[in-house]
Amino acid sequence: MTSYAQALDLVTRVPGVRAAMLVSGDDGLIVAEQLMEGVKGSTVAALAASLASKLRRAMEAAGLGASMFWHLQAEQGALLVVPAASGILVVAVTDPTVNVGLVRLELLRAAEAAA
Amino acid sequence: MTARAVENWTLAPMNAFIQEAQARLVLLMTPAGQVLAQSGFARAVDVMSAAALGAAIMASTSELARQLHQPPFAALNHQGVRHGVFLAGMQTGRGPLVMLAVYDLGVSSLGLVQLFFEQLMADLRTASPAPSPAKQVLAADFERELTESLNTLFGR
Repeated sequence: MTSYAQALDLVTRVPGVRAAMLVSGDDGLIVAEQLMEGVKGSTVAALAASLASKLRRAMEAAGLGASMFWHLQAEQGALLVVPAASGILVVAVTDPTVNVGLVRLELLRAAEAAA
Repeated sequence: MTARAVENWTLAPMNAFIQEAQARLVLLMTPAGQVLAQSGFARAVDVMSAAALGAAIMASTSELARQLHQPPFAALNHQGVRHGVFLAGMQTGRGPLVMLAVYDLGVSSLGLVQLFFEQLMADLRTASPAPSPAKQVLAADFERELTESLNTLFGR
């Protein structure tokens, strides 16, 4: 198993995580993925990277520095993202009732591994 | 930015693509380089050059794939410092088409362009008319048709 796959494995082991991906922040392309059926990986990757780019600019404009973690809660689940130092985004798609703190911890670990 | 089309059925799908993928320049053409629609180009000479070069690249890569006993390459992406160029072919009811898109790396990304290109393909397939029977191309008609197309593409 590659280090990227191992990093994603830590994230997908958390109950309620439907997908975990490493996404190239510049291109919006998937570097590594572990998806449950029904999750459109390439679509999530492209749109999450686009959002990350806009959020980065918003943070810079607001003088807040680089974003470290974002959590978008929707009716039927959540999108959690941690940007890694290497320009990779670690993305998780979860159920609405997931333990966000635990997923965040594993995303940060995966980001360290990806960096 | 104004999109213009010689064949109007291409306009709505192309406009949706431009809006979603935030492409800077888009050209829809046949594999022979006949332009069906354009967006973002300011001069006719630029459209003609881009169409000729795009069609030539598609022809070269298709032949390369044939030599390698592979199916034709689906898409080609060239990424520069500030811009990316995405060139891909598709099948529609009208026949094979080629799209050339130039996108700003600060605004869009290859992932977004690929994602919405899939949507564009589906939209063009739905909107495309049935193929018309091939007509003989006469040298006398060619220049007139080219001029008419360019006038339409630039709203003259």
